[in-house]
Order: sequence, then C-alpha cells, then structure tokens
Amino acid sequence: MTSKRLTHAVDEPSSLSRRRLLKGAAIGGSGLLFGKAIAAQTSDQPQPTRSTDTTQSIPFYGEHQAGITTPAQRHVYFMVLKLDNTDRQAVIKLFKEWTRQAALLTQGKNIGPYSNNHFIPPADTGEADSLHAYNLSLTFGVSPSFLEKLGLQDKAPAEFKPLPHFPRDQLQAQYTGGDICIQSCADDPQVAFHAIRQLVRHARTSMVSMLWAQNGFNAYNDVSQTPRNLFAFKDGTANALTLKDAEKYIWVDDKNWLQGGSYMVVRRIQMHLETWDRTSYGEQENTFGRDKLSGAPMGQQHEFEPIDTGLKESNGDPVMPVDSHVHLAHRTGQQLLRRSYSYTGGINTLTSQYDAGLLFISFQKSPQQFITIQNAFGKIDKMNEYITHVGSGLFACFPGVKEGDYLGQALLEG
Amino acid sequence: MSLQKTSIALALFASLTVSSVSQAALNFDQELQTYKTFAVDKIDGLVTQTQQFVDYLNAGKIDEAKALYPLVRMNFEAAEPIAESFGDLDPRIDARKADLEPGEQWTGFHPIEEILWVKNTTQGTEKYSGQLMSDVKELRAKVSTVEVTPELMVQGAVDLLNEVSTSKVSGEEEIFSHTDLYDFQGNIDGAEKIFVIFKPKLTELNADLVQTLELRFAEVNQLLAAQKVDDKFKFYTELNQDEIAALAEAVNKLGEPLAQMGIILG
Repeated sequence: MTSKRLTHAVDEPSSLSRRRLLKGAAIGGSGLLFGKAIAAQTSDQPQPTRSTDTTQSIPFYGEHQAGITTPAQRHVYFMVLKLDNTDRQAVIKLFKEWTRQAALLTQGKNIGPYSNNHFIPPADTGEADSLHAYNLSLTFGVSPSFLEKLGLQDKAPAEFKPLPHFPRDQLQAQYTGGDICIQSCADDPQVAFHAIRQLVRHARTSMVSMLWAQNGFNAYNDVSQTPRNLFAFKDGTANALTLKDAEKYIWVDDKNWLQGGSYMVVRRIQMHLETWDRTSYGEQENTFGRDKLSGAPMGQQHEFEPIDTGLKESNGDPVMPVDSHVHLAHRTGQQLLRRSYSYTGGINTLTSQYDAGLLFISFQKSPQQFITIQNAFGKIDKMNEYITHVGSGLFACFPGVKEGDYLGQALLEG
Repeated sequence: MSLQKTSIALALFASLTVSSVSQAALNFDQELQTYKTFAVDKIDGLVTQTQQFVDYLNAGKIDEAKALYPLVRMNFEAAEPIAESFGDLDPRIDARKADLEPGEQWTGFHPIEEILWVKNTTQGTEKYSGQLMSDVKELRAKVSTVEVTPELMVQGAVDLLNEVSTSKVSGEEEIFSHTDLYDFQGNIDGAEKIFVIFKPKLTELNADLVQTLELRFAEVNQLLAAQKVDDKFKFYTELNQDEIAALAEAVNKLGEPLAQMGIILG
C-alpha cells in the first residue's frame, strides 16, 4: 500500500491538486442557489453547492430544512435539549417563536431590536452584531421521547425508536438522551454559537433545559474539497453518491408529519489521537481502506472513483482489507449522508491525552441505514482500535417550513 | 463582593441616563419604603444575632456558635444589595479567603468560620469577633441613611441571583462550614422580597411575567425545602451531583425572567 501511495504522491503533488481545486471553486462559486445548483467542475462530483461568500445567507424557508444537503459549513454548534413542559399548546408557542427567531438569525439579523429601556437586558445578546450571516443554517429535530412526552407516540413511524446498543459502545450519560436537537452551522463559530444562545435563552425559563452540546469544525479551501478528519483522512467522499439520489437515501417520503424531513444520527466519537499517531502509514490506510493523501479507495487513483472490493493483489489478497472501515460499510450496500465535524476540547488530565474526536452526524431516510452499517462494523472494524463512541442520539428532523407555517407543525397539529 | 462594582456602575449609569430614558410616571414611594423597612429589619436581625453569636464565642460555646452561624448570615445575605452600598463595610464583614489581595487583612464572618470548623475551637475568634460586632453595628447605623432607588432594587434582585449562580451553587461561599444553602435561601428571600414588592405594578404591565416568576420562585424554594432535615439545611457536601444540578438549573430558569423586572422602569 505504502509504495502505491508514494507513487501517487509523485504523480500528483499536493500543491498541484490544491491549485486544481481552487480553480474548480472559482467555477462552482458563481451564481449558486441552495439545493439547486450542481457543481460542474467534474462530472463525478455532483454535489449541491453553496456560496462560500460569508456575506451570503441561506434561506430558512423551503421544502427541506437547510443544514442537511447544504454542503457543510466550517463550524457547528450542536445542542441537545430536554423538554420540561409537556403542554402541547406551550410547545406550539415555542416552535412558532423558534421559527420566527431562526428565520431572522439565518438572514444575519438579531432576534429583536435594542430597547429604549436600559434597565432590562438586551433582547438579543448581541455577539453577532456587525457580523454577516456566514451561511448560517439551523436544523431542528426531535427524538422518540419528545413524542412520548407530548402523548404523540402513536405518530412515531415504526423505525423511529432509540438506537440499539452497538458492540463496543461506551456511551456516557452526559452525551446521551434528550428530546430536541438544534444543529447550528455557519462559516463563523461565533455566528453559529450566537444562534443557539438566542434560541435557548428565552426557551429555557419554562420550556427546555440544556443537556449536552458540542462544537466542531471542518477545514477546506473551498466547499468542493472533502474535509479531512483528525486522522487526516477525507471524510464524506461517498456523499457524492448519496446526493445523486437524495430522494432515495435522505428524504422521508412516507405520507406523515416527517415527509420531506430526514432522520439524523449523532454520535460523539472520541478519537484516540496518540494511538493513531504511532500507527504506521500503511496500517492507517488499511484501517480506512482509502489512500490517505488522495482519498481514493484502495486500488484506485482518484477520490471519487468507485469502490471495488473485488480487486486482488498478485498473491490473491484483497487490495482493500476486508476489515477496513470502507470495505465493511460498502459491503452493506447502504448509503447515508455524512455531515460530521471534528472537535477538540483540551486535554484529558487523567490520561494526558487529547480530548478530541468526531461529532459524527449523518442524515438518512431511515435509521436502519445507519444501524445496518454500524452493525457491520461490529467488533471487526479495524477502526475500533482507535475510536470510542461516547455519545449518541437519533432525531427526526422536520421537513422544511413554508413561510407563514412553523417548525414541526404537521406533528403538533396533525 | 464582586457585585459591588456592578452596583456602583449601575448607580452611575442610572444617574447618567435618567434624563434620556423615558420614565413612565410611576410613583415608587410605597415600594421603596417597604423595601427599606425589610432591609432595616434584616440588619436589625443581623445585629441581634451577631451579638448572640459573639457571646457564644466568648463563652467558648462552640456548638451553639456553629448552630447560630448560618442563621446570622442569612440576614446579611437577604439584605446584601443594601449592605453593598457601603464601600468597604461589605468586604470587612463578608470577604472570603479567596477574595483577598496580597497583604490584605482578612476580617468578618469567614475567618471565624475557618477557626470554628477547621480548628474546631472558639479560641482565636476573639481576634475577629470584636471588630465584626462593631462593623455590623456601623452597617445598621448607615442603613438609615441609604437612598433606596427602584434601580437599586431591580439590579439588586438580579445580583442576588447572580451571587447564587456563581458562588452558592458551587459551594464556594462557605468553604469551611459548608452551610451554603442558608446563604442560598437568604439570597433567594432577598430577591423574592423585591419581586413581591413590585408585583402589583408588574402585574399591570405583564401578568405573564408575574406568573412565570411565581412559578420559578416556587420551584427554587421547593428544591431548597427538600434539602432540609428538621428545619436545618443539609451541608453542601451532602448534596449529590443531581441535586446540585437541579438547584443550579432552577436558578438559571429564574434569572432570565427576573431581569425583566426592569420593564417597570421603562
């Protein structure tokens, strides 16, 4: 594997590929509309694109919620809330208010003007004042327990139930549970945080309590470039295929309150960077099943070339190890949309190791897509040695909101 | 302690902006008088009970002194917005060990607390008890002269909550005696008193806010009452993580609407 990578590196110096991608961005960056435009730079990267111009905003209203097929912004602030008040009318009032606030925030506006009365705190905390919208998207979801608390459990689709225990799960109470999630993504971390802070601030008095939150980041020169996770491998390459058929893989099409929505799986995955960093180059690639530099599936040359698990070495061994992450996922035939963010949270003083990892977020038409893939990893995935799943959640993200309607309306009034 | 600057800054701010803010023609004379009476009562209680506390110390009655200590302090905590109006009196009476600057002399309740609970003796408290008594009496004398304003009351209520959030709920106020829940209750009582005084005017402006505040105060008081055994609060160190988290969140939920009491000044 290693020799192949070296050849590859000589063939395509990283400086050259960066230039090529930048050129691609210049083409893809002109005249983009959320969810509409298709990147034209290469035929095998048919991803929805968005402007990287930080002055731009993403529409809040639409058929689907933004923040799902929207190419991942650079920053996330992800919040999980507990619902304290189970009165349905009070919850409707909350979701109407959140809709109003989200529509303003995503357009780069504060949730309220400054008051003439200087004896009360400002309506908006203000740390996004004089900042652009930075492509902010706010995506709202609810868990099965949300439906139960409101006596709506008979509206839960059969597949909407808590995720099963997976082998090697080490879930911690402080990163599990919750009734509502809000995913705030933006090209600026303060804009992303500001939005969550407003949404929570007034709601927490009578309606919700904060359970857990995680911020994270993605790094790329432009949105056509697949971000690398903290193991330095490209993360989300297969999204190109999933997005080609979003109706098949991402959007719920059952005739219920979730039609046009999507299931979100979130996993807080601790990555053991010290362990990884003492792993040989070849073994790192064997673990993923991809070329580290290019992201190409093992046995191929380019990132977006199709995976071929049947390729054999001259001695008959499979080119892509059968216990590699990509091989195991590919073998299931399942696809989902990965929208993950890396996180770093200082160090664990007990172990003198980094507290770092991946806030894995995926969207799928059915939770079963994730369950099947995660079960396939089981105890054999080579990646297991380097990661531990410590947090988990399954949320049904509502369909998009039409202007005049509000988030979750079909569920709460249906 | 840290509230002192906030209060001074607010008083300054209020005096600067009084002409530019469109003050409704509300008359607060009754409210101000009621609050002043409340504060004077609390400081009267502080003087009387401090005298008893000092008598116990001087008589070497350590058990009685320890039992009375948190009750004396509740008076002070409830009236803290007023006590803080007097520059250095508040730190002389209430400074925590962690608040001190290098070389600063430590006086008041907390060095006595350390001797009582860490050394488990009354010996050595005489070094502090005399001055504590005279400082408390000085506070009482000055309270009669303090100018209570509606701004001081609104900000005072929020500051009391902030005190709870930053030091009581973390057990940092009474690090030797662990009687933080008494201070906690004292701060809540002081904030709730201000709310109750303003309630008629608040109801006219925003009945929902009043209802929310009543619910949120009731929630905090219920959680505190649940930590009492035979009329005595548990020590902070006896609380488990879930109980501390529940108290902290109840204060969080009270803080936001409490800050909205300022609508009566708009």
